[in-house]
Amino acid sequence: MSRRYDSRTTIFSPEGRLYQVEYAMEAIGNAGSAIGILAKDGVVLVGEKKVTSKLLQTSASTEKMYKVDDHVACAVAGIMSDANILINTARVQAQRYTYAYQEPMPVEQLVQSLCDTKQGYTQYGGLRPFGVSFLFAGWDKNYGFQLYMSDPSGNYSGWKAAAIGANNQAAQSMLKQDYKDEITREEAVQLALKVLSKTMDSTSLTSEKLELAEVFLTNGKVKYQVCSPEILSKLLLKSGVTQPAAEAS
Amino acid sequence: MESVFGLVGKDFAIVAADTSAVHSILVHKTNEDKIMLLDSHKLMGASGETGDRAQFTEYIQKNVALYQFRNGIPLTTAAAANYTRGELATALRKNPYQVNIILAGYDKEIGPSIYYIDYIASCHKLDKAAFGYGSYFALAMMDRHYRRDMTIEEAIELVDKCIIEIRSRLVVAPPNFIIKIVDKDGAREYAWRQSIKDSPVPAA
Repeated sequence: MSRRYDSRTTIFSPEGRLYQVEYAMEAIGNAGSAIGILAKDGVVLVGEKKVTSKLLQTSASTEKMYKVDDHVACAVAGIMSDANILINTARVQAQRYTYAYQEPMPVEQLVQSLCDTKQGYTQYGGLRPFGVSFLFAGWDKNYGFQLYMSDPSGNYSGWKAAAIGANNQAAQSMLKQDYKDEITREEAVQLALKVLSKTMDSTSLTSEKLELAEVFLTNGKVKYQVCSPEILSKLLLKSGVTQPAAEAS
Repeated sequence: MESVFGLVGKDFAIVAADTSAVHSILVHKTNEDKIMLLDSHKLMGASGETGDRAQFTEYIQKNVALYQFRNGIPLTTAAAANYTRGELATALRKNPYQVNIILAGYDKEIGPSIYYIDYIASCHKLDKAAFGYGSYFALAMMDRHYRRDMTIEEAIELVDKCIIEIRSRLVVAPPNFIIKIVDKDGAREYAWRQSIKDSPVPAA
């Protein structure tokens, strides 16, 4: 019965649901997860890379974290090809704003403009919604550090800690338990790694399967920094979520 | 002829403008307010073709208001200046607006500032600025007497010096002026300097 309402993105089912949008969210539930934590001195993003085959060349740069502008970065969960389109529009929007006002775009406005694009695909006919959720981390002079989460329906909201992708509900509830206000960036990294280690399917966490990026201020300027695999390995050891190599084998 | 000028003081900015609406050799009125309040903390003094001035400043004012409604935060003075410049620059290669603008504003973190924007879309952040025939006299007076740390009283005194100089040295001097101020408490009208009043002429 509900089949009739499945195929169209823009038509409500009798229960008042948009199935294609819900399916898109379902698709993200299987994707590699990402966690974002808002600390008092920065924002931390951690992502799980799904290694599908050992023959696959892992890219030297990040594949889940993207710098959108000097002061905004995002983590992605979902269909990467869809995400690339959205990230491109986000970058264009950010530059357009800078062109018009000679100032960096406020983070929420950037998130909103992207979500407007997402929303459009749930209302206009013949198109498939974007199968992507984002975590946006950024800083602006009005509201300081911010973390936003967005979903395929075009909804977005600000969070202190958020998780998207596989097992996001488990991660979310762990974050809810362990998050405390006034958390520092260092503590946030530890927390994110801990949560991810427990919610990920794979038994041991290694730097090949993870990505860590941070947004913070250094002498008044916003900095986006991606953690190198070497440092990440050390962090993992330090936080005790991974065993030394000898023991693991 | 037209005189619009402004200056930045210690913790405020002032914009003054003549209030004559003229066409050719005819004066239509002498109480035309050429300084628009863009939002709570911005003043836009404009000179140029009467119609273009009214149209363009209102267009900017409404867009600044729209931005605030959409985003819940006001534009900074710098952002508003660059936005205004951008609009003039796009118009320049199509059908240019004949307007010159002195934009004064007050931002919490930055303090008071003045931007000089002309019809060929240049934009400069200045401490003192002037447009029109009156600018020759206003700039000279401000060069001589201006200080960055002036109080409101000192600045008004300087503005009055400029007005007196324009009135006494400019052949086609406008009779009346308006002075507006923007500081931490907002943008507001400060005073008029009138030497004649627009009053209805009784029928013969």
